[in-house]
Amino acid sequence: MSNSSQKNKETFGRTIVFVFIICLVCAALVSVSAISLKPMQKANKLLDQHTKILEAAGLSDVAAKEGVDATFEKYVTPKFIDLATGKFTTGNYETYNERSEARDIAKSTAVKDSEVGLRRVAKKVVIYLVKNDQGMVDSVVLPIVGMGLWDLMYGYIGLDADLNTVKSVVYYELKETPGLGAEVQNPKWIALWKGKKMFNKNHKIAIQIVKGGMANCKTNKIYCVDAISGATLTSRGVNRTIHFWLGSEGYGSFIAKYRGKLNQRELN
Amino acid sequence: MSTDIKKVLFGPVINNNPITLQVLGVCSALAVSNSMENALVMSVAVMMVTAFSSMFISMIRNQIPSSVRIIIQMAIIASLVIVVDQVLRAFSYQLSKALSVYVGLIITNCIVMGRAEAFAMKEKPLSSFLDGIGNGLGYGAVLLTVAFFRELLGFGRLFGVEILPLIQNGGWYQGNGLLVLPFSSFFVIGMIIWAVRTKKPEQVEKD
Repeated sequence: MSNSSQKNKETFGRTIVFVFIICLVCAALVSVSAISLKPMQKANKLLDQHTKILEAAGLSDVAAKEGVDATFEKYVTPKFIDLATGKFTTGNYETYNERSEARDIAKSTAVKDSEVGLRRVAKKVVIYLVKNDQGMVDSVVLPIVGMGLWDLMYGYIGLDADLNTVKSVVYYELKETPGLGAEVQNPKWIALWKGKKMFNKNHKIAIQIVKGGMANCKTNKIYCVDAISGATLTSRGVNRTIHFWLGSEGYGSFIAKYRGKLNQRELN
Repeated sequence: MSTDIKKVLFGPVINNNPITLQVLGVCSALAVSNSMENALVMSVAVMMVTAFSSMFISMIRNQIPSSVRIIIQMAIIASLVIVVDQVLRAFSYQLSKALSVYVGLIITNCIVMGRAEAFAMKEKPLSSFLDGIGNGLGYGAVLLTVAFFRELLGFGRLFGVEILPLIQNGGWYQGNGLLVLPFSSFFVIGMIIWAVRTKKPEQVEKD
């Protein structure tokens, strides 16, 4: 490299122009890839969400056979509800984002329960009504979120149409320790939930995750789920999350309003 | 010529391995080595970024003003990392979820930057590209070795396939809880470095 070109390379103006061009090229590269891949990314995210909703509704087998999109389309109807009143309401499912609504002061309410690890929850949330082949409501999938050991854990509770019997409790996003807390995603643990009852005969929340085996279950076994060994704090987090979302600050009003009324309901 | 290519390409796998000899890029090796699948995808991602960033930087190496060369290298590396992240999200959502922030953190992987500064600034585009691939292979070899031990002994699985049935799934194997956690990679990497340096004493630093 000659001395003159070396000098020429280092002038102030040339440096600025060079940096500018590099930035332009890099920016173009990044924008093109981000924009052109966006539809696929969005579809992936939706597919993942739908897979988990179907899993919570106990339709994984059907989805494996007929495809997630077709199954979701056929059986699942997203519905907006108002958390405070428990009434069905309207909204745009395509654009709705629960996490950004929960951050919006106007569209959310402050959480009084200090143990669940949430500051605010959206006033209006989406739940999923799942019908059977006869077109009747078969199960209801409720989104839940709450603190685990390390961070918030996002998931779904699938309930039968009686809004009491559990179909499944499925987590789809968490940062728990692999092999310990992350075992909430172990199919063996998820299977423990099937058929449990969330509420007792007086409609009080009765479900409990019990430490040290089912022998420690103080009530009926139908209200108890064995905790994950080695993951006391995650199990406790799941317990609190479920209690919060089934309680008055969560889906409490909705459940009280529609308890025993969804079974006979046709879904259109 | 062909021995040159071989040296550039395979030298970094054992003789001049970026992790075991230069002890670079250890941070991400800790985080994503808990399963073979994650480790494999991460290795490919790092290999791609290192190879292409080295190639691009080498192509413009005679034009880069030396006062801003690190920033230019960073801009190119960062752009490529974002592209890799976007591609991963579009084509393999589950894996991108498992790797989460670590793909983005390839930017801070010292191997990428190190090869750009130490090799690509002086050499021709093709050999820089091969050097990137070679270093990616070296990184991947260590990552996969670590992941092999961590996934097998920690979870009883390899590539997600059960090898040693775990007690919690009704088998007989008690998973090693230590190997499940990220810092256990330190032990495994340490043992790999020990093994390599026992075999190749010339890699041992002088006191």
